[in-house]
Amino acid sequence: MAKVLVVTSGKGGVGKTTTTAALGAAIAQGGQSVCVVDFDVGLRNLDLVMGAERRVVYDLINVVNGDAKLNQAVIRDKRLDTLHLLPASQTRDKDALTDEGVARVMDELREKFDWVICDSPAGIERGAQLAMRHADVAVVVTNPEVSSVRDSDRIIGLLDSKTLKAERGENMDKHLILTRYDPARADRGDMLKTEDVLEILSIPLLAIIPESQEVLRASNLGCPVTLNNPLCAPARAYADAARRLKGETVPMSMPSDRKSFLDKLFMRRAA
Amino acid sequence: MSILGFLNKRASGSVARERLQLILAHERAESGRPDLVITLREEILAVIAKHVAVERDKVKITLERGEGVSTLGVDIELPLSSANTLTAQKQKRAA
Repeated sequence: MAKVLVVTSGKGGVGKTTTTAALGAAIAQGGQSVCVVDFDVGLRNLDLVMGAERRVVYDLINVVNGDAKLNQAVIRDKRLDTLHLLPASQTRDKDALTDEGVARVMDELREKFDWVICDSPAGIERGAQLAMRHADVAVVVTNPEVSSVRDSDRIIGLLDSKTLKAERGENMDKHLILTRYDPARADRGDMLKTEDVLEILSIPLLAIIPESQEVLRASNLGCPVTLNNPLCAPARAYADAARRLKGETVPMSMPSDRKSFLDKLFMRRAA
Repeated sequence: MSILGFLNKRASGSVARERLQLILAHERAESGRPDLVITLREEILAVIAKHVAVERDKVKITLERGEGVSTLGVDIELPLSSANTLTAQKQKRAA
């Protein structure tokens, strides 16, 4: 049974696309087939982060309108056979997506893949609502910062009211990924703590992604951070998140790149 | 910065948390989502208002979740006149 997951946040620039690519690659590395879908019509970026920008021929709008078949538009990742991308259109806008068309494409994606991961556009309007509409699970991406938390709260409200699952009277399964977290600043009291954000939003924590240069480095290269450098702190945090989404119990830890002398010694031996 | 100033300076993270709790409680109430703090605030305010005239924005309610125990803080600023009436009433009763 396929699972449809939406990666959403309300606010822009908090790491939805990075998270979509990283989770998609991490789940695909486990052997399950994954399709990441860019819902940000007009401002597509998932293709760039995945390094597939020059391979886009058809896009989501073409498939929704019936101008192309799904397998013509889906791009298979060059590094991972199980990872696929359905890009958004760069020239159209979000009004080009019809409710029925999206529903049909989502049904078809469910048949073909084990996981469908929808990268939501920022905002709370039609585009964001369409991206979450068919989801079974939602990942809310939040920065430990007031405006991001406030916007996430709005999005959680929408997840509980505007999705098919909510309309059927079911509970939407929601998880929080806290990105760009700086443990040192949080310890000094100069940043919202994980507990603060969890208490305010009251949804369970899926992962804490530490602030790291590796995220920008991976997107510069067009490679999901979990593939580019699987041992770096954000990649390990995303890999743990992927395992939790698959139902495994993984203890929550704060991955860090700063290594103690003993860690370094151990890493060298293990390598 | 003096040592005293350093000690007195509040960590910005906790200011952020309090501001968020307050604004989100209001926004949830407006969007029709039930919020415990707002419900408590309205009902406590109704009880107080029976006896004293209080301004709505002078009532501060905070819910702090600690380990194992949560604390509900109710902070109501009473106008001087109504505080006097209260004391007067008490004195009358005592007399």
